[in-house]
Amino acid sequence: MDLGRLTRVSDVEWHIPQAGPMRVPGVIFGGQDLVLDMDDKVFEQVVNVATLPGIVKASFAMPDAHWGYGFPIGGVAAFDPDDGVVSAGGVGFDISCGVRTLTTGLTHDQVAPRVKALVDALCAAVPAGLGSTGRVHLSPKEMDRMLAGGASWAVGEGYGRPEDLARIEEHGRMEGAEPDAVSPRAKQRQQDEMGTLGSGNHYLEVQEVAQLYDETAAKAYGLAKGDVLVTIHCGSRGLGHQIGTEFLREMVTRAAGHGITLPDRELACAPLRSELGRRYLGAMRAGINCALANRQIITHLVREAFSRVLPGVDLPLLYDVSHNTCKAEAHDVDGVRRRLFVHRKGATRAFGPGHPDVPEPFGAVGQPVLVGGTMGTASYVLAGTARGMEIAFGSACHGAGRAMSRHAAKKRWRGREVVDDLAARGILVRSPSMRGVAEEAPGAYKDVGAVANASEAAGLARRVARLKPLACVKG
Amino acid sequence: MTEVLRDTRWEHFPHAADVGVRGFGPTMEAAFAAAALAMTDVAADPEAVAPRSKVEVACEAPDPELLLVEWLNALVFEMATRRMLFARFAVRVTPGSGGPWTLTGEAWGEPVDAARHGLGVEVKGATYTALKVAPAPGGWMAQCVVDV
Repeated sequence: MDLGRLTRVSDVEWHIPQAGPMRVPGVIFGGQDLVLDMDDKVFEQVVNVATLPGIVKASFAMPDAHWGYGFPIGGVAAFDPDDGVVSAGGVGFDISCGVRTLTTGLTHDQVAPRVKALVDALCAAVPAGLGSTGRVHLSPKEMDRMLAGGASWAVGEGYGRPEDLARIEEHGRMEGAEPDAVSPRAKQRQQDEMGTLGSGNHYLEVQEVAQLYDETAAKAYGLAKGDVLVTIHCGSRGLGHQIGTEFLREMVTRAAGHGITLPDRELACAPLRSELGRRYLGAMRAGINCALANRQIITHLVREAFSRVLPGVDLPLLYDVSHNTCKAEAHDVDGVRRRLFVHRKGATRAFGPGHPDVPEPFGAVGQPVLVGGTMGTASYVLAGTARGMEIAFGSACHGAGRAMSRHAAKKRWRGREVVDDLAARGILVRSPSMRGVAEEAPGAYKDVGAVANASEAAGLARRVARLKPLACVKG
Repeated sequence: MTEVLRDTRWEHFPHAADVGVRGFGPTMEAAFAAAALAMTDVAADPEAVAPRSKVEVACEAPDPELLLVEWLNALVFEMATRRMLFARFAVRVTPGSGGPWTLTGEAWGEPVDAARHGLGVEVKGATYTALKVAPAPGGWMAQCVVDV
């Protein structure tokens, strides 16, 4: 991105002044190197989002932002409930794609001799990759109960434990879900996909806490150096994808009827007060519940696999965050408390200390923000901050962010070589797709450390721990 | 119907997070079929997929570009729910005269076999990003980005 088009506010905050059809300015967070490396399309997309009706304060891009659809991935935008819009493109296809981390109570030294057996057991337990099917098949009635109940439904079905729910956004159940707003085709697509990981950038990773930055927050999160964790990254599977596809189409074709001029078809949106907007919210919330239920079922499968290899091990849930969402939240804007619909597209909710939605053990330190890295570098645990609440509606980065297209990565690397290189560095990778591994090569991503640093420097979230991968099941 | 065989021209084009699929052909229909083959190549090696059984799809849209997205999304749905991969396509497009453009298509393929198909990544949906259906030298070009 051409820095000359931006106003530098600090080392990690850059503004796009409001101009032309923009209703608010654009704000891009990130150090100079990260912003320089961002595609010009990110600039264009931040500007386009700023033109949408009812947008409040600014159109934001997080430090891991890259070219998305309509919204940049790493885009955050909040809308007024009366004048504003909800955008299916602003949520994305993989509704509530997210990250969940479990602690194991074990140290690296205890797990190291069993890592190979562990990754093989995880690989066998959790269906991953294109065409894989889950073991849970839902009747139409049960599907609707799942869509209304989320992880809470899954716990009721015996997947996981009631205490897990306190460690999930929305207590594991998104209010306001309307299973009837989800089409039969979307439900059909989910028929065999409950409890599956998916493919692409989705993964299941065994990690070690390599470094602590904030001892107090780490203690509240139950993290110590050398601890072994398990992280799950996946979303709402076929159901979410189909909801995204169908509502995007309907919002594109009906935009003019709603008096909305779209600078980009992918920005397709509908007024929050319209029938279509309300119906999308109901379906999207059902999609969130599907993702929460899916991660809950996978959690159960992971626990079973662990106990087969390391009997007696308990895997409590640290936290579960969602990335692709639009949620109604209360925020202070210019000293006034307002209810806003906050879109986070490839961005993580990062509520600060004392927020009522942050569960009790974390109340004093802020919400855990789980940032997925790459299978060869690192992941981070950050904590939400009061400053982040003020500057970006309590939002932070969600991952390393791609630096190179899949197309280029596939040409640069061979999957087998990536697996062998990582094995030589002590990281075991299992995947049904060697091509997928090549496309997900660590070198295809930005420096996740720089993204975490920039998030901290900008005040969006502060670093708590760096996690090092030990083994990864890639979809 | 214009049937497009395996040597039809298609390619991928870069997108930061996902993949662009682009088909060329002597007709718009051939370009649509070639774009579908490009999409299969995101998910697997099309050369490894045998066209054993046929699935029929039908869709409609207000214009040819939106119709391309509908066509690809209809195939994404069939791939996902039937757990199949497709390697051969035939497309018939009827231009809308004051009404929607309609498409009927056939896709030949077989069930996913991880051991044999050289799997790539699952396609979540076709998008309106970099969407273009237009005349190109020697015929037509049809392209968009697919979310993976």
